[in-house]
Amino acid sequence: MSAETLEKAIEKKPAEALLSKRRKKLVTDPLVDENPITIQVLGICSALAVTTQMKPTLVMAISVIFVVAMSNFVISIMRNTIPSRVRIIVQLAVVATLVTLVSEVLKAFAYDMYKELSVFVGLIITNCIVMGRLEAFALGNKPYDSVLDGLGSALGYSWIILTVAFFRELWGSGSVFGIPVFDTISGIFGPDFKLATNGLMVSPVGAFIILGLIIWVQRTKTGYVEH
Amino acid sequence: MQQSNAYIITFSVILTVVLGLLLSGTAQVLGPRQQEAIALDKKKQILGAVISGEEIAAMSPQEVNEYYSSHVGSTVVDINGKEVTEQGGVAVSAENVDVAKNYKKPAEERLYPVFIYHEEGDPSAVKSYILPLYGAGLWDAIWGYMALDTDMNTVGGVTLAHAGETPGLGARITTPEVQARYQGKEIFDESGDLVGVQMQKGEGKDYSSDPHKIDGMSGATITGTGVNNMVKSYLDHYKAYIESKKSSSAVAAL
Repeated sequence: MSAETLEKAIEKKPAEALLSKRRKKLVTDPLVDENPITIQVLGICSALAVTTQMKPTLVMAISVIFVVAMSNFVISIMRNTIPSRVRIIVQLAVVATLVTLVSEVLKAFAYDMYKELSVFVGLIITNCIVMGRLEAFALGNKPYDSVLDGLGSALGYSWIILTVAFFRELWGSGSVFGIPVFDTISGIFGPDFKLATNGLMVSPVGAFIILGLIIWVQRTKTGYVEH
Repeated sequence: MQQSNAYIITFSVILTVVLGLLLSGTAQVLGPRQQEAIALDKKKQILGAVISGEEIAAMSPQEVNEYYSSHVGSTVVDINGKEVTEQGGVAVSAENVDVAKNYKKPAEERLYPVFIYHEEGDPSAVKSYILPLYGAGLWDAIWGYMALDTDMNTVGGVTLAHAGETPGLGARITTPEVQARYQGKEIFDESGDLVGVQMQKGEGKDYSSDPHKIDGMSGATITGTGVNNMVKSYLDHYKAYIESKKSSSAVAAL
């Protein structure tokens, strides 16, 4: 590492507002216009697997937010010291460590959730969103911006999987966050009225359908076309 | 930028050590809590064989512990149904017997824990005997607990768990829907042979007239076979104990 490059990295710019327009964009862009799931179509595997119910989905979303934001932060801090030839392995090591931390904490404080999410917390390591953000953003940007970028991408991922989970749990199990909704509604209309649940929604196929519908609605609104 | 090999190696070593220390430190700090969580989970599984999942879910961890200690006694037996109190000079208790570790030993040398579900605070008023099960599913280990009523024939209930069965297919063994199929089935046939309860291939058939067969899981025949083998082999291992309890309850009935 030469002194010259170090200087370039910490070159002074005029101080930017804590939440300037550019920084807000870092967070808001991935929510809709650059959404990792619906536009970039990353992280689909876990989006299908964990979204049968809201509760595990929420835990998954929080885990992903933590891992993406923290790994972006750590990699961004180290970006000028990471040898470029081994950068992928360094990123992997950092991500894997963070994911293991999350998994250990879940195991200690929410064992049932740990059992339910099983491999999918571990699979955050291979979630393309994480590595994608590290490569595309954290390696070339300052820590604070990188955290914002990570938050944005992870929130974009989170709201989509939570939406998918909401409809899957509602239609598949007739409840929201484990609170029975269908039974309550059926109760109001008397014993002859019964809302049926759809078994398809519980299987991963249901997630594909809901996800497809979300993408459809979104692209109709934004006019996004794939090139 | 191009760095020297020495730099890359030093960087990698430092990174590895730092991350390694971080992880092992976390494991150390969280270890005791994780052990507690695992022990609690085991109690929940044992209780799951005799009371419903919703009831357990409604209990706080403390309530589970209290309910367990006031309702469940335990003993450890060997393959001949003889009670084992110590092994190699170390006292054994059913809660500390690792069924998975014992599974690796030959059947004759294993320790077999028995959990005895009884009326609150009265160990002599036995309601059912809960036997641990362990075996292989399609991808990884499966295990569970089977509760036998005091006639040592009728299945009071089961809990089943797995390490890595296919979600939506074999993993369904953990659902109350599948586990409920075992309730009320019998493990001995009319001639007194131990036949166990066998899950059948295919799903949606009615086996209510057959005390030894239950409906299978569509798309998870191999997991079902694994469960069958596990149930049969563990009932066989416990056979001596079951027979001894059976004859004593028959005497008591006279």
